[in-house]
Amino acid sequence: MKSKTAAARHQLWRRTKSDLMMGVTVLATVITLLPLFIILGYLVAKGASSLNLAFFFHMPTPVGESGGGMANAIVGTLELVALASLMGVPIGIGTGLYLAAHRNQRFAEIVSFAADVMMGVPSIVVGIFAYAVVVQPVGGFSTLAGAFALAVIMIPLVTRTSEEMLLLVPHELREAALALGVPAWRTTLSVVARTAASGIATGVILSIARIAGETAPLLFTAFGNRFWSTSLTQPISSLTVQVYTYAISPFPDWQRQAWAGALVLTAIVLMLELGVRWVTRGSARVAR
Amino acid sequence: MTEFLEATERITLASRRTRAGTFRIRIVGDRVFSLVTLLLTLLSLSVLVGIAITLVVDSAPSLKAFGWSFVVSTDWDPVNERYGALPFIYGTAVSSTLALLIAVPLSLGVALCLSEMAPLGLSRRLGFMVELLAAIPSVVYGLWAIFVLGPWLRDRVEPVLGAGLGFLPLFQGPRVSVGMLSAGVVLAIMVIPYVAAVSTDVFRAVPQTQREAALALGATRWEMVRIAVLPYGLSGVIGAIILGLGRALGETIAVAMVIGNSPQIAASLFRPSATLASVIANEFAEATSALQLSSLVELGLVLLVMGLALNIVARALVLGVTQGRFGGTE
Repeated sequence: MKSKTAAARHQLWRRTKSDLMMGVTVLATVITLLPLFIILGYLVAKGASSLNLAFFFHMPTPVGESGGGMANAIVGTLELVALASLMGVPIGIGTGLYLAAHRNQRFAEIVSFAADVMMGVPSIVVGIFAYAVVVQPVGGFSTLAGAFALAVIMIPLVTRTSEEMLLLVPHELREAALALGVPAWRTTLSVVARTAASGIATGVILSIARIAGETAPLLFTAFGNRFWSTSLTQPISSLTVQVYTYAISPFPDWQRQAWAGALVLTAIVLMLELGVRWVTRGSARVAR
Repeated sequence: MTEFLEATERITLASRRTRAGTFRIRIVGDRVFSLVTLLLTLLSLSVLVGIAITLVVDSAPSLKAFGWSFVVSTDWDPVNERYGALPFIYGTAVSSTLALLIAVPLSLGVALCLSEMAPLGLSRRLGFMVELLAAIPSVVYGLWAIFVLGPWLRDRVEPVLGAGLGFLPLFQGPRVSVGMLSAGVVLAIMVIPYVAAVSTDVFRAVPQTQREAALALGATRWEMVRIAVLPYGLSGVIGAIILGLGRALGETIAVAMVIGNSPQIAASLFRPSATLASVIANEFAEATSALQLSSLVELGLVLLVMGLALNIVARALVLGVTQGRFGGTE
């Protein structure tokens, strides 16, 4: 009788412990997601009040003069991202095509591994690389250098997602096309790549979202510019660097602008992420 | 099915457009195509090699001037041209460790919740929200940490730590909103999505039969996790943690904004510090001498070597579990 109650108590303890531990995991999830909502809340609360038409269409004002906006930084970010994509996307997709076509070959495996490894290179180190390769030879900070740095970050992301998407295409499709006498290059482009196109496009857009939020590699490549500039060989402003400079400045007016800039930046990045995932209904994921 | 039909249509179209008897064109086309993709591949490979070579070459003056003393010297003195990396290595190590101490338990909780507890639909939605944390730009984290997190830690958390654990040198000294603690906490928030997402993948890769076997033996849900899920996923989880460590080491802007940027080795977590990445971000554009620039590049080299090593180890461990190369037999 006694042992029976002890056993029952033990059972109860085991079940309680199980519920307790599983409850802890739920708590951990809540704690983890808390910052997401807190940050988004602060962004809206502090950013929206400083956000007006002037923010989008006006230039930054000198210290002490209120008002002004980040027109040059918004255009700068767009230009940097567009240029980086121009360099990074073809190289990334081309590499992905090569890797998918030569799977199981030694060299392809090495390249694929190198792309994985490159994702582990800190972005500030990429900035140093761009400084040495573009800024020093050209003799100054420039849009080109910033875009180059962003492209370097983009290449492994696009490469790996394209490769994975291409490998998902059933081999039979390829064989069917080849059997009908379609040349191999044509098979790859208009059958295999077309079938994987939406997946590749998703990867590209997610990597664009990633580089649009990069600050560190731009600090000593694109540098920043208080004036209007779209020149490729001049320093250019970007939303991220502008937010950074304003955030660490001691002026309340600039700090307000920093919140507004952060809100715009986050909105752009999250819209890209959410948009892509909504279109592809959750199957897509950028390489880590 | 529609996808298959579309693909068939594509094949028919492609074959119709291909003219019979253009053997020469076919061979030329294939050659050109593989040549172009090979060139693009070499280009992307050369970037990684280029990064390594550039960093070694550009840090040569500093390597020559200081040798191994660079990594053990605590001086960082641009005026007298004496440079040592130790304060930054210390700052990087402590802030990353602090971040992992906070992030790992939470990430494992999230991963177990997503893989073992939540129904599939909810799990996918929660997982997506966790991944959104990784999408927020780091400069936004930095901004939030300066104005919200830092002051909150100073006013609410540091007094509690100081009162409860004040006998430890870790929690002594004046309370300020910038410092090691702020940097560690913001880093933790930033690495959680990576560690949690990879751990979730790892746990999901545990064969269902393992779980069923544990449950059939009468295990409760938590016992099943302990017996079947955790041991099977252990090496993958370690990989996820190392991946998170790699992220924490290289994170620059958010840390540079809240760590206080002072090259000193202080026991207290309340004191300002600096990391390898944050000092590069702060001083690179304004470096006054060639030797300072070279020393900063060498800091980057240290960062690169650490980052690459961690990344390689982590990926090997994670792939081992998710692709079943080793770790646990079925």
